[in-house]
Amino acid sequence: MNEKVSSQQITDDGQYQRFIERIQAGEKIEADDWMPEEYRKTLIKLISMHGISEIMGALPEKEWVPKAPTLRRKLGIMAKVQDEMGHGQLLLRVAEDLMKPYGKNRENIMEDLFSGDLKFHNVFHMEAPTWGDAGLIGWLVDGAAIISQTNMLDASYGPYARALKRICAEEVFHAQHGESIIMALAEGTPEQRAMIQDSINRWWDALLMFFGPSDASTTGTSKQDITIKYGIRTKTNEELRQDFFTKYIPRMLSLGLKLPDDTMYFDTDQQKWIYQQPDWSQFKEIIKNNGPKSKDRLRLRKISYETNEWVRDALSKEIS
Amino acid sequence: MTNTTNEINPSDSKNSPNALHELLFQLADDDFILAYRGSEWLGLAPFIEEDVAFSSISQDTMGHATMFYQLLEGVVAINANDLAHSRPLTERRNAILLEKVNGPGHYLVEPRYDWAFTVVRNYFYVTAKKVKMDALKKGSYKPLAEAAVKVNLELYYHILHWKTWFTQLLKAGGEARTRMIAAIEKVAEDMDGVFNLGLCEKEMVESGFIESEHSLKQQWLRLMNPILDELKVTLPPFAMKSGNGRAGEHTKDLEDALSTLKEVYELDPSAIW
Repeated sequence: MNEKVSSQQITDDGQYQRFIERIQAGEKIEADDWMPEEYRKTLIKLISMHGISEIMGALPEKEWVPKAPTLRRKLGIMAKVQDEMGHGQLLLRVAEDLMKPYGKNRENIMEDLFSGDLKFHNVFHMEAPTWGDAGLIGWLVDGAAIISQTNMLDASYGPYARALKRICAEEVFHAQHGESIIMALAEGTPEQRAMIQDSINRWWDALLMFFGPSDASTTGTSKQDITIKYGIRTKTNEELRQDFFTKYIPRMLSLGLKLPDDTMYFDTDQQKWIYQQPDWSQFKEIIKNNGPKSKDRLRLRKISYETNEWVRDALSKEIS
Repeated sequence: MTNTTNEINPSDSKNSPNALHELLFQLADDDFILAYRGSEWLGLAPFIEEDVAFSSISQDTMGHATMFYQLLEGVVAINANDLAHSRPLTERRNAILLEKVNGPGHYLVEPRYDWAFTVVRNYFYVTAKKVKMDALKKGSYKPLAEAAVKVNLELYYHILHWKTWFTQLLKAGGEARTRMIAAIEKVAEDMDGVFNLGLCEKEMVESGFIESEHSLKQQWLRLMNPILDELKVTLPPFAMKSGNGRAGEHTKDLEDALSTLKEVYELDPSAIW
């Protein structure tokens, strides 16, 4: 069902066959190599969504940068959010190379974001109303990102795999930064401890949704089969979610936090976590830019784009 | 401890502790509030590449503020975090130019920030900071002289960065040049506040901590004039139109900034965050 390869590609001198053989042999595909259209389009979608999510992901944390409660925390969160913007830049460069044959560039990525054609990650549509959320984003959202990105470290597309290596290395610091904020709160006053529980309760569904639906039956579409076929990733959404639980549930419990899902348990026979599904129809709404903060955050990016138009104009004049 | 050595004991009251405190507060508060203004730009800079570069500069600047607050920690025996977060408006010693908002709007709601003002303010300030650090490096208070050496290493890149923007936008002509000239006028109106050393200037200079305001300003002009000439920019006279921050005079802009930056700290100032 996912073999939507155009007849031109198949007959194209066996290029498609050779391409698949290269991937299966573990070779890396580079920007200038021949690739099937489906592969290119999947990568563009995946990488531009990843890149723009890093950039939109800076916005919920940005709220807390000026407010961080100590000099050390101010420095830490500034560095962390800067890294996220850096990841965004790195990934957009990778996406831009892939888009070249279509005559598209970063300007198009931004326009697609504003029009809603380019989605950003569900977690970054959510509210982050307390300092506990600033810690939780680093600890669990970046923790989840490490799990899903490590899964693609060996991606068949070389430029993406290389960018991910650098990104994952930095994400480890981010998770430590978040964990350090959380640990300080966990060991603090009752109010500080309540702040983390409140954040976990608020972010639970968004964290479950982070890895995407387990199959297309939930939301109608899923790209996971195509990405696995082309050696971009290895594990399914559900496998990644299970890895996340296995890594973080014991840590949450050891901090004295209560799981927001009281039916959740680890089934030793099946060797997997049994949990309540989040409302996937809500997920579909969120990524359609109908989440609690979708409009506000898009508005921030749009204002920046409009307000700085004169700067872009000035520099393009300077270059020409 | 005598005055003949090149080193001054922070606890020795004969060696102008007030002048030293004042100077350290000025340096710390200047960098602290400008780094704060920089952090409000996060995610809003004209290019993603600029966002990365600018936030790196803001981090360095916040790092410098931290260094200066830590030096104060030793001389006034108050924790650096408390110095940064809990001092009231009237005790703040930063120049008013640095507390001014980046433009209309709030950093989370409809921020219509002015990139030209940001470029000019940062370029003019960082050049003044370089002149000060060069003077402090030769100054009599050794901990500060050592800090100035470290700060200077990073200022090289900050100056290069802002000079590039300043030059390119002025050379671009048209709307960009008009905006930049307006920004230069706005910055000049309060630029004297950056050179100002407050009521203890005389003691600061006599104690050999730093050079006089006049001398600092002349050095700044020597560095900047060739660049301004090349860009055909006439510098308006400098003033302190909005007041003297070194004397604790401040605007509502700083009041709003302080309430934001201490919002979490104030939930429980004695807690460990």
